[in-house]
Amino acid sequence: MEGDFDWAVIWKSRQILWDGFLVSLQLFGIALAGGIVFGTLLALARLSSWRVLAWPATGFVNLIRSIPFIMAIFWFYFLTPMVMKKLTGQQGEAVGPFMSAVVAFIMVESAYYSEIIRAGIQSIPRGQPHAALALGMTYWQAMGQVVLPQAFRNMLPIMLTQAIILFQDTSLVYVVGLKDFLGAASKQGQITGRLVELYVFVAFAFFIICFLASQLVKRLQRRIAVR
Amino acid sequence: MPMIDIQQVSKWYGTFQVLKECTAQVEKGEVVVICGPSGSGKSTLIKCVNALEPFEKGRVFVDGIAVHDRKTDLPKLRSRIGMVFQNFELFPHMRVAENLAIGQVKVLGRSREEAMERGVRYLERVGLAAHRDKYPGQLSGGQQQRVAIARALSMDPVAMLFDEPTSALDPEMINEVLDVMVELAREGMTMMCVTHEMGFARTVAHRVVFMDQGQIVEDCTKDEFFGQPRSERAQQFLSKILHH
Amino acid sequence: MDWSVLLQTAPSGGMTYLGWLGSGTMWTLLVSLFAWVIAFSLGSILGILRTTPLPIARAIATGYVELFRNIPLLVQMFLWYFVVPEVIPKAWGDYLKTQFPNLVELPFAQFSMLEFTAAVLCLGLYTASRVAEQVRAGIESLPRGQTNAGLAMGFTLPQVYRFVLLPMAYRIIVPPMTSEFLTIFKNSSTALTIGVLELTAQSRQISEYTFKTFEAFTAATLIYIVITMSVILAMRWLEGRVSVPGYIAKAGAH
Repeated sequence: MEGDFDWAVIWKSRQILWDGFLVSLQLFGIALAGGIVFGTLLALARLSSWRVLAWPATGFVNLIRSIPFIMAIFWFYFLTPMVMKKLTGQQGEAVGPFMSAVVAFIMVESAYYSEIIRAGIQSIPRGQPHAALALGMTYWQAMGQVVLPQAFRNMLPIMLTQAIILFQDTSLVYVVGLKDFLGAASKQGQITGRLVELYVFVAFAFFIICFLASQLVKRLQRRIAVR
Repeated sequence: MPMIDIQQVSKWYGTFQVLKECTAQVEKGEVVVICGPSGSGKSTLIKCVNALEPFEKGRVFVDGIAVHDRKTDLPKLRSRIGMVFQNFELFPHMRVAENLAIGQVKVLGRSREEAMERGVRYLERVGLAAHRDKYPGQLSGGQQQRVAIARALSMDPVAMLFDEPTSALDPEMINEVLDVMVELAREGMTMMCVTHEMGFARTVAHRVVFMDQGQIVEDCTKDEFFGQPRSERAQQFLSKILHH
Repeated sequence: MDWSVLLQTAPSGGMTYLGWLGSGTMWTLLVSLFAWVIAFSLGSILGILRTTPLPIARAIATGYVELFRNIPLLVQMFLWYFVVPEVIPKAWGDYLKTQFPNLVELPFAQFSMLEFTAAVLCLGLYTASRVAEQVRAGIESLPRGQTNAGLAMGFTLPQVYRFVLLPMAYRIIVPPMTSEFLTIFKNSSTALTIGVLELTAQSRQISEYTFKTFEAFTAATLIYIVITMSVILAMRWLEGRVSVPGYIAKAGAH
């Protein structure tokens, strides 16, 4: 390794990096919650017997999954302000980059989560919802009380793995200039001329977090398998 | 010199001892049946004979060659011992004829033509020559097992090992496989069989070995075993399974 | 909506905006295919290594997979483009920055060999870690008896892999491998952050020059859909071609 590296720049930039990291975390949390909620609704729509629900849901999911994540981010970054303007009827009301990014992430994640959840629901034997309905439960009660809890428990490791992937994917907001963890490091790197040190630090931080998280998921999987 | 010579073999899985000082011999041309309850270690023992399972203590010789010796050429040794598995284990992506030929070509170095010709001959012996171009998935369990026996025979082995060959078969197919094994025994093949099929043992076995909890409890002639075995455990086992 | 804008002449490259889309598509395909060659070959080796009985081989392969799986693709792209030229010996680094970019003039591109190579290496090595997992899962889904049957016949372990395990494992993993192949086309868009003008980048460029964002994005989206469907159809044909009669696939990979 040649060239002098000033690793102290990481410490000096810690506030900016931390702020960026918090933005990443926020984006991650909101996208995760939104992705799971909408993903569940999408999964139910796809499995429903009403074609007017099933077809658009299927179309949406397949469309999102056919295009790059970045392309989807561009799409929603472009569409969200327009749609919000129409909905709120306010002229000149701009939706900030963070909002647009959040919407983009929720939409994309919900498509991927809907596939996981759909598989989870389909893995529950048919007898379960039938038994619930036979008891007199409504569709929503049968889903909420009987099917979904079991589906989520079965799919928990896969959903957690998808969450780790989502955490990594938050770095993609770089393409719309958001000051997330990577974006902050990039900006600092350009200012201080210390791109190498900062990018290595970002890679290292992601590695530690994601590696530990995936180890925890593996342990959880082993625990579940034993039961 | 016995064809198969097992001397004081012990094996552990971690701290659990699965084989305890097992000693047994199979002379050339002999048919030895190994039986016993589940978990007695009989499958493990037979897999030690061709080193599919390693063992920590003891010695095993096949046709004079030391199985436990690190310097032994294991693939070469294994090519001289035929093995038939409970789940048949034909190679699903190859046609029947290819299943029989591949070992001969790649391990014994025979030419493809010779391998195919020999393979078909063995197929005829087990009565399945018409199926040579089928894939294993297209055959019934009994047919697959007979092909598996032919596959092992096509390597011209000095001894054959059978690991519960009929346990995975539907009842109506068991006999077609046993018939092939009986004929093999009558032709003088040295055989070591782990099986529950006591009828087979009664017909062609010379000796019966009874195992329980990793130990060889009984090792006697067929008549002694079915007449009056010495150990209580073997008596219990016999009384339970002979009530069919 | 004004679709004719695509037929207008673009400000550079001597072609229409449709031509821009064409060049973007070409570079998406080139980056993806070159990266796939690396990913499939290296990933296969790593996946097989993870199943062998040699602890060192397994450790190396596992280490590789964990390293490349836990760092976001975008961060890896930056590492290849910004960091690698600085941490290798100075002479190599200088070569990369000055002479390498001009090694070959890339057609219809406003970027150099440096960006292209970084993108291909990054995408290839990243995807290799995912392919490795699929190959490993495929091999591990085969019953132990198959290995035993091969060994019992006198095959050496390499022969068991070659004649018994790998022929079946690769057939089993055609569906998940299709997914990886599609993913590489989608992930190629990450290269736009280091200047590779692939399809997504071109669609954004067109929208910036013409303000016809909807048309530009829709055109690119349609092209991605065509790519996706072509890959799916091709892989389905492949799956039919190599399927084994009578075998019910016990695909274990997720």
